[in-house]
Amino acid sequence: MKLAYDLHLHSCLSPCASEDMTPQNVCRMARLNGLDLIALTDHNTGGNLKAFDQAAREHGLLFLPGMELCTAEEVHLLAYFPSLEAALEADARLPHLRGSMKNRPDYFGQQTLVDHRDRVLGQEEAFLLGALATSLEETVSWITSFHGVAVPAHIHRSYGLVQVLGFIPQSAGFRAVEAGPKDQIDENYLVLHSSDAHELGLIAQKEHLISAEKNLDSIISTLQYGITV
Amino acid sequence: MTIELVARLAQANILAHGDHARDVTCGYACDLLSWVMARGQKGMAWVTVQTHLNVIAVASLHEMACVLLPDGLEMEGAVLEKAREEGIAVLSSPLSAYRLCGLLYQNGLHDLPG
Repeated sequence: MKLAYDLHLHSCLSPCASEDMTPQNVCRMARLNGLDLIALTDHNTGGNLKAFDQAAREHGLLFLPGMELCTAEEVHLLAYFPSLEAALEADARLPHLRGSMKNRPDYFGQQTLVDHRDRVLGQEEAFLLGALATSLEETVSWITSFHGVAVPAHIHRSYGLVQVLGFIPQSAGFRAVEAGPKDQIDENYLVLHSSDAHELGLIAQKEHLISAEKNLDSIISTLQYGITV
Repeated sequence: MTIELVARLAQANILAHGDHARDVTCGYACDLLSWVMARGQKGMAWVTVQTHLNVIAVASLHEMACVLLPDGLEMEGAVLEKAREEGIAVLSSPLSAYRLCGLLYQNGLHDLPG
C-alpha cells in the first residue's frame, strides 16, 4: 500500500526546534495533514521517542522511531529502528559517543523532555547539536548493530552527505537518501522527501508516498533495500 | 616545490608516499569536499581535517600532489592504501591549519599555480 509519510521531524528536545513540537501537537498536525506514517528524528538523542510512540498510537498514526545523528565528518544521518525497544537500546548507548559538553540553553535553545500528554519532564543537559565521535561508516555499523537502517539526511543541504563529502560513498551501502523535491538523484536510490520540520507549520502535507505494508518491519526493509520487499 | 620540502616545512610525518615526482604547484585549505571538488588544481597541496576515503577521490580527480592533515590527525589504513594506489601523498603535521597555510605561503607556495 501507499503511505503518506513525514520521516524527518524534530521535537522540543532538539535545541533548534520550537517548544510547540510536543507529541500531541505534532500528532494532531500530522493527522490534519493526512499523514499515515511519521518518524521522530531529534538530534543525537531518542529521549522523546517513548512519548511520541504512545501519542502516535492514540492518534492512529504509524510511528517509526528514529534519530538524526551527526557523524565525526559533520554529516547528518537519519537512523530508523524496527521497534521502540531497539531505538531506546541505541539511545542508552549514545552518551558514550556524544562527548561531555553541556547545553547552553540561552545560546542553543531548550532541550525539553516530555511525556505523551505533553507534560514537561525536564531538560536534557548534554549538548545535542555536536558531532559524535564515530565516522560515517562507523555510525552506519553502529545503527545496524541495533537492527536499524541509516539514511543520509538532506544530502544537498548544509550537513548533507553530498555537501560535506562531495558525493555518496559506495562503501556505506546506502539504498535510500533524503533530498529536496527538485534535487537530481541517481535512480538507483529510493529518495525520501521529508520535511525536517522544526515547527508545526512545516510538517509535510499528504504529498509524498512510500510503498510499504503498514508495519515497521516493512518500512525498515524498504529503506534498507531501496524497494518494497 | 617538492613534496619532501612541504613535509619539512610542515614538520610532517609522511603517512602515505604518493607520486613523489609530482611537483607541488599551489595550496588550498577547505573541509567541505564539494567545495574543493569545484576548486581543486593539478599539483595542489590540500590542507583539510577530513580523513574520509572521499578525500582521496577528490584529490586524485584533480591530480593533486598531497593532502596535508593539521593538528596531528591520522588517517585509517584503508584510506592510506587508496592514497598510495592513486599516487597522492598524505602528510600529518602537528601544526594547525592556519599555521601550515601561513608557513607554506611564506615559502612561496601560493593559492594559484605558477
